[in-house]
Amino acid sequence: MSDKKRAQKIADAIQSKFGDAVLEIEVAYDEFVAVVDKAIVHDVLADLRWTHHFDLLLDVVGVDCMELEPFRERFEVEYILYAMKSDTRFRVRTPVPETDLDVPTASDLWQSANWGEREAYEMIGINFVGHPCLKRLLTHHEFVGHPLRKDYPVMGGQWCSSTSEMKEELEESQGGAPGGSSAG
Amino acid sequence: MPDKNAAPKQYTSKDFDDDLDFGHDDFDEGLTLPDINTEPMYINIGPCHPATHGTFRVYCKLDGELIEKAGVDVGYLHRGFEKIVETKQYGQVIPYTDRLNYCSGLVNNVAYCKAMERMLDLEVPDRTQYIRVLVMEIQRIMDHMICVGTNIVDIGALTNFWYFFNAREKLNDVIEALTGARLTYSYVRIGGLAWDLPDGWKESVKATLKEIPKAIKDVTGLVKKNRIFQDRTMGVGMISTEDAVSYGWTGPCLRSTGSDHDLRKVRPYYHYDEVDFDIPVGANGDVYDRVMVRIAEMEESMRIIEQVIARVPDGPINVDDKMVVLPPKEKVHTTMEGLINHFKVVIEGAQPPAGRIYDATETPNGELGFYIISDGTGNPYRIKVRPPCFYTMNALKFLIEGGMVADIVAILGGLNVIAGELDR
Amino acid sequence: MGVDADFLDAPTKNETGLITTRIEEVIKWGRKNSLWPLPFGTACCAIEFMGTVSSNFDISRFGAELVRFSPRQSDMILVAGTINYKLAPVLKRIYDQVCEPKFVISMGACACSGGFYDNYATVQGINQFIPVDVFIPGCPPRPEAVLDAVMKLQERIDLEPATTRDVVRRHEVDTKLTDQ
Repeated sequence: MSDKKRAQKIADAIQSKFGDAVLEIEVAYDEFVAVVDKAIVHDVLADLRWTHHFDLLLDVVGVDCMELEPFRERFEVEYILYAMKSDTRFRVRTPVPETDLDVPTASDLWQSANWGEREAYEMIGINFVGHPCLKRLLTHHEFVGHPLRKDYPVMGGQWCSSTSEMKEELEESQGGAPGGSSAG
Repeated sequence: MPDKNAAPKQYTSKDFDDDLDFGHDDFDEGLTLPDINTEPMYINIGPCHPATHGTFRVYCKLDGELIEKAGVDVGYLHRGFEKIVETKQYGQVIPYTDRLNYCSGLVNNVAYCKAMERMLDLEVPDRTQYIRVLVMEIQRIMDHMICVGTNIVDIGALTNFWYFFNAREKLNDVIEALTGARLTYSYVRIGGLAWDLPDGWKESVKATLKEIPKAIKDVTGLVKKNRIFQDRTMGVGMISTEDAVSYGWTGPCLRSTGSDHDLRKVRPYYHYDEVDFDIPVGANGDVYDRVMVRIAEMEESMRIIEQVIARVPDGPINVDDKMVVLPPKEKVHTTMEGLINHFKVVIEGAQPPAGRIYDATETPNGELGFYIISDGTGNPYRIKVRPPCFYTMNALKFLIEGGMVADIVAILGGLNVIAGELDR
Repeated sequence: MGVDADFLDAPTKNETGLITTRIEEVIKWGRKNSLWPLPFGTACCAIEFMGTVSSNFDISRFGAELVRFSPRQSDMILVAGTINYKLAPVLKRIYDQVCEPKFVISMGACACSGGFYDNYATVQGINQFIPVDVFIPGCPPRPEAVLDAVMKLQERIDLEPATTRDVVRRHEVDTKLTDQ
């Protein structure tokens, strides 16, 4: 079975399980994207993770759709997934309105969502509810704003006057051995 | 004569000069240490530090030498790649991609152009595909040389760095003869290549390739069975395949844990399925395995290069699409159509249809993905880079916790974290 | 082309006495032939710097092979790579910690002027907050250019007074970074 057929099967399974909450199944360049409602995105991801064995979360992408056609909501989050055993690629997208930026986190399903979502929060401003440490990652600690939003100026540099003190962040963080993949 | 069979005399401090008796009469009865009150120590490593290569920072809470908790701070090379490419044309993004994983710039170029060609529905000619494979594999060897060289230097063995850098300079000369640059090449274009191979280039590659096995042999001879190296790297920074996949690992770091996932075998592109090569796989997922997997991958890349060099066909190197590829200079300088064509390609350039694509390539570090959103104009709406070392670095906190401070250096080197890619 | 001495307000070597001239020359000779660099390498230029230190190009011929990553043990900060706003206070602190006489070489387009990263994240030139002695353009500059820069720095050391160098500050930098 080719990759396209496998992804088609997954898309059909998602569509039949979640019904109307799946807003659209988009197919482009032989790739399938499930556009789902924000309320069920965690359930869709959990279903993909455990039932369909999508064990590799490749990336979390935050997009500012202000100038994009067709317009759904201001922001979007997209999860790029891969199933290693069956070599299938799939993407899950959810529109996020400007008035309600809360999206449930996927870091309880994949450890790679930890930094992926931190970056989406920092660059676009989406709040991932339940994330263990939703703080700035790439910009400095005195930076204000979300740089990859379309209304943030390209040249908007902000000076940083001092290096950051990491002691408090360290005390608050959870230590521990790698885990989480054996849960569930 | 002293009696050899007698029990050896037990000396006490009283047998020595009394002037040196400081009043510890119970010296030979053993000292008992009072309960020492210890506090944790907080230590900051980087960003200005030889092991962190100036670009990340590890902040640790130490209990003696053991790390209780660690925090990783990245972003010291965040250059705003994703924001600035929104203001450029698609063709102008290519030099920015060079600087992502700057140790192997051509591979990033190919990855980006491959994604763009898929979006524009262009198929590059066979000659271009084979040349791209050739340069990618040469770059793979060069990247692994830098990674293993600096990893071993950070552990303390300096000689290997020179062996590998000398060999890398020879390969760099070959690439410089082709592209004109030493590090940031920008040789690949959307729809083909910038120019064709110079005469005698393939022979010079074959000749240079003969000198690489010697460097590899020198380095492996010094480290593979070296007891000190094994003690510092075996069992250090171990991770299982399940955990590695959960953290989003790909590339040699994932293959060192035992998985044989490689995009060149799983989803072959550019005739990789016609070439005979193996995927080296480690067993334990520790630093030793990562170093050995990379060295073995260098040898596999040499095999690929030898096979591909014999197969490069003749033919054009660019796609036959006037809106994407620059016309030859003779036409530009002599005909009106050539001039206007050149003008339009430079001013407007490639304009893919509105839509989104995610395309991935196997780089020396792992899976480099480009997620490109086009709105139908000549400027990209959004380009998101999926960097392989962003996700390997994600796991650093958990790899070093519970270990010793000296292991941080060994683990960091083995992950091959290139900040240009990590921070973009 | 050598360094132009006209714009320097320093007393030239002809105006001091005979004994002190000899001492000055000896000090300068020792100083310029043993510049220990602190490679503040962040990006691609750091790889080219590694190439310069390697045996093919060999910066050791100029006495600058002993890279010391501690600011207390080095004389010359070689900033190789992009400096962004997050790293700027770190670089300022390292610069403050290097003992006099200290020299700064800015290697590569990104360190000299921000390169082609003209955006919110990159400092448009490190001379916005620390004084720079030699700029090396290039992206990345060839190792020969780095060697040329070391030679230019050596010429510059020859033209300055050896013992009152801190008096001669060529760039009064209006730094936006506070002292830490």
